[in-house]
Amino acid sequence: MHMPLEDTLGLNLLAANQHQAEHNRAHFDAWKLLCLNVMSSPGAGKTSLLEHTITALANDLEMAVLEGDMTTQLDAQRLEAVGVPVVPITTGRACHLDAAMVSGGLSLLQQRLDPASLDLLWVENVGNLVCPAEFEVGEHRKVALLSVTEGDDKPLKYPVMFREADCVLITKTDLLPYLPVDLQRFEAHIREVNPRCTVLPVSAINGDGLEAWYRWVLSSCAALLADPSPSVLVPA
Amino acid sequence: MTKCLLLSMNEWRTRHEPAVPTVETVHLQVGAFTCVEPDQLVFTWEAAVRGSWLDGARLAIEPVPLVGRCVLCSSTYAPSAEQGYRSPCCEHPMEEIVSGRELRIRSVDYTLTSTPLAVANAS
Repeated sequence: MHMPLEDTLGLNLLAANQHQAEHNRAHFDAWKLLCLNVMSSPGAGKTSLLEHTITALANDLEMAVLEGDMTTQLDAQRLEAVGVPVVPITTGRACHLDAAMVSGGLSLLQQRLDPASLDLLWVENVGNLVCPAEFEVGEHRKVALLSVTEGDDKPLKYPVMFREADCVLITKTDLLPYLPVDLQRFEAHIREVNPRCTVLPVSAINGDGLEAWYRWVLSSCAALLADPSPSVLVPA
Repeated sequence: MTKCLLLSMNEWRTRHEPAVPTVETVHLQVGAFTCVEPDQLVFTWEAAVRGSWLDGARLAIEPVPLVGRCVLCSSTYAPSAEQGYRSPCCEHPMEEIVSGRELRIRSVDYTLTSTPLAVANAS
């Protein structure tokens, strides 16, 4: 005899990913390791930013990178060249990293080093302004990049990404003199969808703004160490 | 997204072991301020469940509109990209979202049989 039943769940559609993300974050917390999820459209400058940041903070922090790309290990090779352990995660046709992929990357990283010896794990996500915004990987904070060549309307067109970010970097500001764009409009549109995030204009070419970004990274690491309770840096 | 939904449904199925739920409808709430396109989700769901324990299960999606609350005057409004998501009352940025971020499996309509799970997996 079959009885029609109904389960009222209220379960997140992404519950399975969420559970894995929380599992990853529990590991990060136990290792006192800050995890930053870096996201942007393709070509906004994620890898260049990481090359400069890792080089500049090499004396302050022990770092490693999980490098997500649909194909090739070109970015992973660039970051290996600046002297940090990098685990490439090739997603195939998937347009974003998910928590299970990052968990797999962590297992590979653990074969090379003890994660507890690290201060900061960078997750460089697949270049995409849509899906990565919805898939937590266990990060403590999300960083989004928006290059000035993309146009100031992108926070309005892809609002979820910029809403979810804790820090938005407006990149390639060295190109501003050559473009018919207004930096203030970029910042205004970001703040319209996310009034609470940190917004930092930067250029990896001439170094403008990078010091402020480095301070943001260091203060995020310090905040995790100062209060290592699991919820301290988890985005609301 | 479909893969993730299937994984979440697999987790739900384990609650009923050793019985096997036969799912008629999965009711979702999908907010307007998410990266999910409901029509595309239904399309990929139908292809993804074919031949699985969810074969024949229907996906019913209830869209949830984006509603913001102006933190200056507490009135609710429908934010739009054209208005820069600002509140029409005070021209304030979209600080508080009341609804629109939902990606929720609201409920599942199903029947239970006592077929052992191992048999259900093999079929």
